[in-house]
Amino acid sequence: VSQDLIFGGIDIGASATKVALVDSKCRLIASDIRKTGVSFESSAQEAMDTALASCGLNRQDLKRVLASGYGRHNVAFAQDTRTEIACHARAAHYYFPHQITVVDVGGQDNKIIHVNAQGRRDSFKMNRKCAAGTGAFLEEVAQRMDIPLDQIDSLARQASHTVHMGSFCTVFTKTEILAHMRAGEKVPEIVAGLIESVVKRIMEMDSLAGEVVITGGVVAHNPMLAEMLARHVNHPVHILPNAQLAGAFGAALLAVETFSESI
Amino acid sequence: VGKQTFKKIQASNQMKEIMEAHFRELDAAAKTKSHKIAWCTSVGPAELLKAMGFQVFFPENHGAMLGATRMATDLIPVANAVGYSPDICSYLTSDIGSYLKGDSPISKAYPGISGPPRPDVLVFNTNQCRDVQDWFNFYGREFNVPVIGLQTHRGVGAVTKAHVDSISAQIQALVPKLEEIAGKKLDYDELKRVVGLSRQCTDLWKEVLQIASHKPSPLTFFDGTIQMGPAVILRGEQRAVDYYKVLLAELKQRTQNGVAAIDNEKFRLYWEGMPIWGKLRELSTQFAELDTCVLASTYCSSWVFPALEAEEPFDSMARAYIELLIVRDEDYKEQYFSDQIERYKIDGVIFHDAKTCPNNSNNRYGMPERLAKKFDIPMLVIHGDLNDLRCYSEEQARTNIEAYIEQLAEKTSR
Repeated sequence: VSQDLIFGGIDIGASATKVALVDSKCRLIASDIRKTGVSFESSAQEAMDTALASCGLNRQDLKRVLASGYGRHNVAFAQDTRTEIACHARAAHYYFPHQITVVDVGGQDNKIIHVNAQGRRDSFKMNRKCAAGTGAFLEEVAQRMDIPLDQIDSLARQASHTVHMGSFCTVFTKTEILAHMRAGEKVPEIVAGLIESVVKRIMEMDSLAGEVVITGGVVAHNPMLAEMLARHVNHPVHILPNAQLAGAFGAALLAVETFSESI
Repeated sequence: VGKQTFKKIQASNQMKEIMEAHFRELDAAAKTKSHKIAWCTSVGPAELLKAMGFQVFFPENHGAMLGATRMATDLIPVANAVGYSPDICSYLTSDIGSYLKGDSPISKAYPGISGPPRPDVLVFNTNQCRDVQDWFNFYGREFNVPVIGLQTHRGVGAVTKAHVDSISAQIQALVPKLEEIAGKKLDYDELKRVVGLSRQCTDLWKEVLQIASHKPSPLTFFDGTIQMGPAVILRGEQRAVDYYKVLLAELKQRTQNGVAAIDNEKFRLYWEGMPIWGKLRELSTQFAELDTCVLASTYCSSWVFPALEAEEPFDSMARAYIELLIVRDEDYKEQYFSDQIERYKIDGVIFHDAKTCPNNSNNRYGMPERLAKKFDIPMLVIHGDLNDLRCYSEEQARTNIEAYIEQLAEKTSR
C-alpha cells in the first residue's frame, strides 16, 4: 500500500454521524462529526465530503470506504460494512494493543467488548431493547432538568456528594429527580447521580476484567464518566483518544486492512 | 439480495393438506357434534384423547399461528386489559385476546372456519409451565366445561420410577372423567395402537431433525418450525407417520445430491429457546445472507418421545411427558446442550431470552457462559419474545447477529 492512499471510515450512529480519513500508515488525517438527522445517506455524504474538503481531497482520492453503525447498509459509496462492535474493538486495540475491555457508551446503545491481545473479540454484549444508561438517558433527563448537554460534566464536577438514583430507567428517573429536588438536593449532586447511573448500568451488563477503554460520544463530552467508572472497578479506565470518532476510525483502519488483504 | 433463503421442501404441500384436513375435521365435529372436542396442551395426553375418539385442538399451535401472522402484538393488549399481565406467556395473552376479539388466523388460513372449535373438555399438562393451566381455566369458565390435567414435577434430574408412577397414575385418573364426557369406555387396544403410531411419528421426526448433523445441513431450524406441525398436532395418527416418511426421503435425497439448505454453509448454529414467530422470515433471511445455517434447536426436538411404547401405554406416556428438557434440572440441560453441540458440529449457540417464557429461556442461570468456557465457542443471547414483538428490537437483534458472525469469522481465521 503506497503512502498517498486515503481510506475512509464512516459510523452512522443513532445520534451522530462520524467520518474518519486515514492514510495507509493509519494516521488520522481528517474527520467530521454531525447529527445523523433523518437521512442516513445524506448525513453520510455531507460528513464525508466535509472531511475530504478539509484536507483538499475529493471522493476520487478514496481508495476504500467501510461503513458502520445503524446506517451502515445505507452508504452507497462504501465498499464494505462492519458492525460497530468490530470497529470500536479495532480502534481501541490500535491505541491499546493488549488485552482490554472496551466499553462503548453511545447515543442509543452500550456495548462491552472483550478484546484479546491479538485484537480479536473473545465476547461482546449489547444492551437489550431498552436504552437505559445510554446517551439517550442523559439527553432526556438533561432536557427535563433544562440543563444544556455541554454543561453536564462541569456541573457534576461541582457536586459535594452524589445523589444515588434507584433506577436506570429514563422515565422513572425523571420522576425520581422530582422527589430529590423536593427533598432539597441541588442540581450538581443530581447530575453526578445521573452519570453514576450510567456507570452502574454498564457494570451490570458484563464483568469488566482488566484494563478498560471507553469509547463513544458520551464519554468524549463527559470524561467524568470514566473517572467514576474507575472508582467502581478499581483498575485503570482510559478514554480512547478522539473517543467519539472511535467507530469511524476503527472502520477506516479496517478499510486499510481489508484493502491490504485484497491485493 | 435475490439470494434464495427458503429452499422449498416439496413435501410441504402434502403437509399443508393434512393440516388443513385436521382443521376442517375439527370444525365439522364442532358443527355436527359428531365427535367430542378436547383442547390439549402441546405435550398433554393427546394419545389418550385420540384413542377415546376426541378430536383434539392444540391452543399452543394456535398461539404460534397468532405469532407467525403477527396478529399477536395487537391482541395481547386485549388480554392485558382484562387482567392477564404482559409479563406472562404471550401465547396465553394473544390467544385469549384472539378469543375476546373474535379474530383468529384459522379463519384466514382456512376460509369457512370461524376459529377454534368449542371445547367439551380442556386437558392440560403443566410440564410446559403453570401458565397452560391458567390459560385453560379461563376457557373452562368461559365455556363452562371441565378442566382436567396432569401436574408434572419440575427441576427433575434423573427420571425415577416414582416420577413415572405419579404421572402414570394421574393419566389413568383422567380416564373415568373422559369416559363420562365421551360417553364411552376406553378401548385399551386402541390406546396401544395410537401410542404405537405416536412412537412411529416421533422416531421419524427425530430422524428428520438429526439429518441436520450432515455437513452441509439439508435442513434449517426455520424449516423445522414449520415441519414440526404434524409431530405436534397429528401425532398418534397414520397420516403423520406417512408424511414424515415422505419428508425424510426428500431430505435424504438432498444429502445424497449434496444439496444444502443454505448455499455456501460457513457457520453452523444451534437455536436454544422459543422461535420468534413473527420474525422467522427476517431472521432466516439474515442468516442466509451471512452464509450461516441455524440447523438445530431444542424447541423442535421437544416433540421427540423415545420413551413411548405401545405395550405399556400409560407408563410410557408418563415417561415421555416427563423426560422433556423443559421439565429437567440445570445439570441435565447442560449435558443435553453439550451433546447437541457435539452431535450437530455446532460453531455457536444463539440463546433466545423470551421475555414472557422463562421456562424456555435457558440463558438466565449462567448457561451460555458455562458452555462457552466448556467448548471454547462464543454464545449469543438475543432478547425478544415468542409472540410479543413489543419486547423485540429488530435493529439490536440484527446488529448482535451480524457482530456474532463477525466474531465467528475472526475465530476461524485465527
